[in-house]
Amino acid sequence: MSVTVNIPADMEVVYEYPRSMNKVYTHYCPGCPHGILHRLIAEVIDELGIQDRCIGVAPVGCSVLIYKYFNVDFVEAAHGRAPAMATGIKRTNPDKIVFTYQGDGDMAAIGTAEAIHAANRGERLTTVFVNNAIYGMTGGQMAPTTLPGMVTTSTPMGRDVRLAGYPVPMSEILAQTKGAVYITRQMALDLPSIVKTKKAIKRAFMAQMADLGYSSVEVLSTCNTNWNMSPWDSMVWAKEHMVPTFPLGDFKMTDEVRALKVR
Amino acid sequence: MAKGMVVIDVDRCKGCGLCVQVCPVGILQLSPDAFNAKGYHPVMVTEMEKCTGCASCARICPDVVFTVYRKKRVRKSA
Repeated sequence: MSVTVNIPADMEVVYEYPRSMNKVYTHYCPGCPHGILHRLIAEVIDELGIQDRCIGVAPVGCSVLIYKYFNVDFVEAAHGRAPAMATGIKRTNPDKIVFTYQGDGDMAAIGTAEAIHAANRGERLTTVFVNNAIYGMTGGQMAPTTLPGMVTTSTPMGRDVRLAGYPVPMSEILAQTKGAVYITRQMALDLPSIVKTKKAIKRAFMAQMADLGYSSVEVLSTCNTNWNMSPWDSMVWAKEHMVPTFPLGDFKMTDEVRALKVR
Repeated sequence: MAKGMVVIDVDRCKGCGLCVQVCPVGILQLSPDAFNAKGYHPVMVTEMEKCTGCASCARICPDVVFTVYRKKRVRKSA
């Protein structure tokens, strides 16, 4: 439905639809931070002017249909294999900007090996890793990143660390590799953190454009449907309970990345 | 005269209410009785005159519902 609105002549646009996003409706639940992150990535692509040479690699998970929402080239990878596929794309097309968008089931469970080895090889890739501590698409089962004691459909008594282990600190692990140049953990849970997350994503893309090495931005997110909360309550809950387990910050930033001017 | 203005793409809205929480002047609310094409209660502006054009709503919206306008800043001539 298109609506014609008369905008007064003395008004200027402060915010409008990003060019790198298609004008389609997303399939996400109401209040899902995937939508916020798609928007942030599209804004970064717009601001860096790389829409025509950007290639994304889609994961398996809730964001499996991400290729429909972006107005950039996309390929769909097998579950967890996005870094492997992105490696091939980047090595054959070094002038393209390649990014993977992965959830916690994709990157911290089935695709851990691919992610660690891509980082260790220092592939010129950018990964946006969305961590919401649960398997959202399949109905809220325990993920490797589920918090100790957290109730999910497959751990109805709460995650027992004696039985199911501890949350996987993916960013800390990746920061140990020599090939990674920028590993950070941010959250998209309130306005200031969304602004910071956008800056981190931009820095990660710029690190790739400067041919420095592997960059990854982990973003703490929510799953209000499977956590059985309202969208805003889930964001408050995540800030209170996820941040102590997954501390925010830059785990690795080389001097070259630090020198990048991110505005 | 309002400093800012938002245009809402009603049919994109899923009624999650995040914008209602972050609006600093509290002029957003979910329509109590109206539905959009997808069957959600979409967001609406109660008093557009109070809008400052800060774009907080647009920055948190997961579905890119908002287009935000603000009055051009007129530079005083030196």
